[in-house]
Amino acid sequence: GCFVFKPSTKKRRSSEKTAHDFRSGSDDSEDTELRFVTCQSLWNQIKSETEQIQEDLNKQLLDNLVSFLSRSHSEFQEKTTEWTCRMKFREIPTAALVLGVNVTDHDLTFRGLSDVLQDNITPYIALLEAKDCPGIKNLMQKLMGQLMNCDVDVDSLEDEDCVQVSQNRIRCSMSSLISWYESVTKKTDSETPSKKRNSSSRHWQSPPVVVIFKDMESFTTKVLQDFIVISSQHIHELPLVLIFGIATSPMIIHRLLPHSVSSLLCIELFQSISCKEHLSTIIDKLLLTSQFPFKLGEKVLQVLINIFLYHDFSVQNFIKGFQLCIVEHFYSQPLSVLCCQLVDVKKRVYSLSHDQCENIRRLPSFRRYVEKQESGKQVALLTNDSFLKEETVKLLEDLHVYHENYVSILRCLHVFTSSLPKYPLGKQIRELHCACLENRVWETEEYESFLQLARMLNKTDLVAMLQQCVEILMSSSGKEFDKSVEKLKEFLTQFQNLEEASQERDVSVSSQKELQKKTDLYHLQKTLLELKESRRSKKLTKFEMLRFEVVDYIDSLVRKYLVPADDRTLHEIVYFNAATVLRGHLNAAPRTALHTALNNPHWYLKNQALKCDGGGISNKAPDICIVYKLHLECGRLINLVDWLEAFSTVVMAAEEPNADAASSDQVDDTIHARFIRAVSELELLGFIKPSKQKTDHVARLTWGGC
Amino acid sequence: MPNLEHPAYPATDLLHLENLVPCRESQVSMLLSIFGERQQFSFPSIFIYGHTSSGKTYVMKTLLTTLQLPHVFVNCVEYFTSRLLLEEILIQLQSSSSDTEQTCPVHCDTLNDFVRLFKQAVACRELQDQTFYIVLDRAEQLREMEANILPAFLRLQELTDRNVTVVLLSEIVWELFRPNVGCFEPFTMYFPDYSIGHLQKILSQNHPPEYSADFYSAYINILLGVFYMVCRDLKELQHLAALNFAKYCEPVVRGEANERDTRKLWKNIEPHLKKAMQTVYLREISSSQWERLQHDGGEPGQLKGLSAHTHVELPYYSKFLLIAAYLASYNPVRTDKRFFLKHHGKIRKTNFMKKHEKTSNHLLGPKPFPLDRLLAILYSIVDNRVAPTANIFSQITSLVTLQLLSMVGQNDQLDGPRYKCTVSLDFIRAIAR
Repeated sequence: GCFVFKPSTKKRRSSEKTAHDFRSGSDDSEDTELRFVTCQSLWNQIKSETEQIQEDLNKQLLDNLVSFLSRSHSEFQEKTTEWTCRMKFREIPTAALVLGVNVTDHDLTFRGLSDVLQDNITPYIALLEAKDCPGIKNLMQKLMGQLMNCDVDVDSLEDEDCVQVSQNRIRCSMSSLISWYESVTKKTDSETPSKKRNSSSRHWQSPPVVVIFKDMESFTTKVLQDFIVISSQHIHELPLVLIFGIATSPMIIHRLLPHSVSSLLCIELFQSISCKEHLSTIIDKLLLTSQFPFKLGEKVLQVLINIFLYHDFSVQNFIKGFQLCIVEHFYSQPLSVLCCQLVDVKKRVYSLSHDQCENIRRLPSFRRYVEKQESGKQVALLTNDSFLKEETVKLLEDLHVYHENYVSILRCLHVFTSSLPKYPLGKQIRELHCACLENRVWETEEYESFLQLARMLNKTDLVAMLQQCVEILMSSSGKEFDKSVEKLKEFLTQFQNLEEASQERDVSVSSQKELQKKTDLYHLQKTLLELKESRRSKKLTKFEMLRFEVVDYIDSLVRKYLVPADDRTLHEIVYFNAATVLRGHLNAAPRTALHTALNNPHWYLKNQALKCDGGGISNKAPDICIVYKLHLECGRLINLVDWLEAFSTVVMAAEEPNADAASSDQVDDTIHARFIRAVSELELLGFIKPSKQKTDHVARLTWGGC
Repeated sequence: MPNLEHPAYPATDLLHLENLVPCRESQVSMLLSIFGERQQFSFPSIFIYGHTSSGKTYVMKTLLTTLQLPHVFVNCVEYFTSRLLLEEILIQLQSSSSDTEQTCPVHCDTLNDFVRLFKQAVACRELQDQTFYIVLDRAEQLREMEANILPAFLRLQELTDRNVTVVLLSEIVWELFRPNVGCFEPFTMYFPDYSIGHLQKILSQNHPPEYSADFYSAYINILLGVFYMVCRDLKELQHLAALNFAKYCEPVVRGEANERDTRKLWKNIEPHLKKAMQTVYLREISSSQWERLQHDGGEPGQLKGLSAHTHVELPYYSKFLLIAAYLASYNPVRTDKRFFLKHHGKIRKTNFMKKHEKTSNHLLGPKPFPLDRLLAILYSIVDNRVAPTANIFSQITSLVTLQLLSMVGQNDQLDGPRYKCTVSLDFIRAIAR
């Protein structure tokens, strides 16, 4: 079981069935139905939100591409008679689209791209993947299939018979593609001019044919070259535009295509936003907001971010992981029924069953809360369900307010930390967020150094930051910030006043300097010493005083609002903290799992008899385990005869310890067969392979194999 | 003084032809004498070769169309299978004969069918009394089709028993075509490269209507002065000439110089052309971007070329995997112990390097290495412990699809996959930073 993924993470085909799955895990008293519904609605909200975000992020790129495409062939259409156009070699307009190494995210971008193009530019789009196009023949087949099908989509009723013919036998050549294109454009021109003009005036008379190569790197050189050479010969009849999806760098074009071919192209470069920025936006919009009741715990978030940064750079996978967290949370936590919008909380709390009330009482954070109360209230909380419910509503509302405040203050703090040298608390807000969730941030060393650095900020920076903070707090939904805003504004006006005061002082300083110039070296030394003395003892300037005050105030805000979520009562309801579960699902370790299964079958089979001590080999274990353990003791080449003997010794050891005479010279046939089967199973798993170096030997492929 | 003379064709046509194919008179007259008169049988197959853009295709096409000789013209790259190729020849043959009747789809899978259908088509077009020409452009592709295609085309005249001549155009010499079983030897003909004088003459021929021929010819002179060293491709030169002509005319349009002021014009255009050589010619920036730049009068420095974007952002472990792969590819196996183990044994100074290892490993190129070695090096260069998770393994595969690594020996994927690192030292340096 190393590649086990929860079936519930996959797309739900029938909601009833999964709802049933939810129930089977726990009792019916725990609102499984409701939990499932909540989970689904929450996920749908988040999904639409992420889609919106992605659309916004890609907008710039898509707009650029659309304008490129509309430019590309209109130029040629307009001035075909001009001399330069006649003389110029006609190149194929090509967009090199650099998308970054997160290949899993590309699909979504391409889907968005083809939708946009379909709406604005052309109905004729073909998406090609390298795995479908090992040769030019397959490429042409695929291309024509896609183009001619999209023709069916555009005007579906009119020419079914025509499609029938073409599907029977398509001559996969450029000339048939051209004749198809001519017929299609002519038809839209002549047959239904009025209708078409109105409905799809966004396409021009002869829309370009867009061919998208999804993964440029994987295409073979020959296929690409041939295709480009062929299509460049027909560019006059078929307005083709190529889009290369590039994952690495645009240099790959020069590596794949020789100059004679790349000179047929008119390549322009487009770059999508980096996946790290994309992730930051997603985190900003999904996690650092009080819009969604569901929250990720520190460890879980760290796991997701680590998978992103260390392994795949894939935002899609991050969102999938997030989805898994949601499902897992609602599935495993009975009280997650309360993880809903604030308006519904009251109703849901009051309809809780007695079992659920007991569940609340069992929450560690709630127990801690009870212990702090006076004894009368303690009894009421532990025995009286309705009192508990009232208290729960109050606590949940508190929690909500805490989130609102938390986010705003976190952003304020980020304004400060992100502009300090060396970024003591991390450059990105997600790092700061993790630090704050992990433990009391003000107790860490990094925070200490942050305070020190903040006390050395210059005035312009400080004022700018304060202004930013004021904006953040003003725009936040939290109600408690009126006072803080007041205070910050007061600081700002004080800085303003200081400015005026300091101008006066500047004058005095300069006069002092002039005095110094006139004195000789001895006097200069003396005055300098005096100055130094005075500075040490001197009281802080007004600005410095004020700066201390500001930093202290920020510090107090942090201490008040950035309490880690683990300290809050009832945080288990909205925070998902099972990082190990998540890691097991998302970052599977097949080799380790396999080793565990073979080396320690008890782990998976849960059979007491298999529990072995230390390095010994139990003969009750499955054959393959015995064979595996024996093979671990061998070198690169394993002698099959020795292996068989060792195997039979282990197997016979417990069964008939006294019948050694028979077994010593001849191995039992059944044991032989068992051995052969176990060895071939190992070969199937890829641990060994037959070797040609020595007869009757097999070669190890793993761990110390080399 | 017409150089081309042939009794079979009217003199006006020949004169027109001569104007269309400058600097290729000798080749054309040679071809004409081989072709003979319309009804005469010609050489069964002619093989014409020459470097890129030495006018093979153009000359053939103009010759056949101006003299109105019956012919089909097929590009072998475009019709990449024998079936497509043969069918295309037949379709062109039919469509040129009967304009009224829509051609029914032809089915022609083998050469046998082709010969039969070809005879029919020729018969219904009443071409028996004329030589029919089949021109196969980029004929080197024929070698990749079935083995019988090329020999059959070479002796098509004999096979069909009709008056037909096959002309093969290619960039490579005939010796590379000859099948080892032997075949009919075609008449071979070489088209030499255009000299600088030829290029000057041809390029100057198409001057824009607004300007005089002399003016344009002076421009071409300057252009060739800059580009002749790097590019002799006529098409490319024509393209570049058209792209930069507007800039050349600028002083004249503004009235700062007249058309005869060559020195001034030269000073204006020369740095511009040099810049073009570094950017547009190499396709670093596209020609349309270049035109827009010219139009706006901006500096090309603003636009970054394709090779400016070399940086690739990779996930943390992918970086380390790539570095490990690079180390594994360029370091000999023997040194692994020395480099990656903390307590390696003593190194014997003498004879440490074997003789062949003294040549730089970078000159020899990457060597393949097994997966285990890659992982072992990875574990030793990453600071903290790396669990061998599925994600690590899938990253190796994705590096292969990104062509940063390549897999060696496809057959052994499951048992012991071997890889090579395909990126350069500069790339690794940028990543390791």
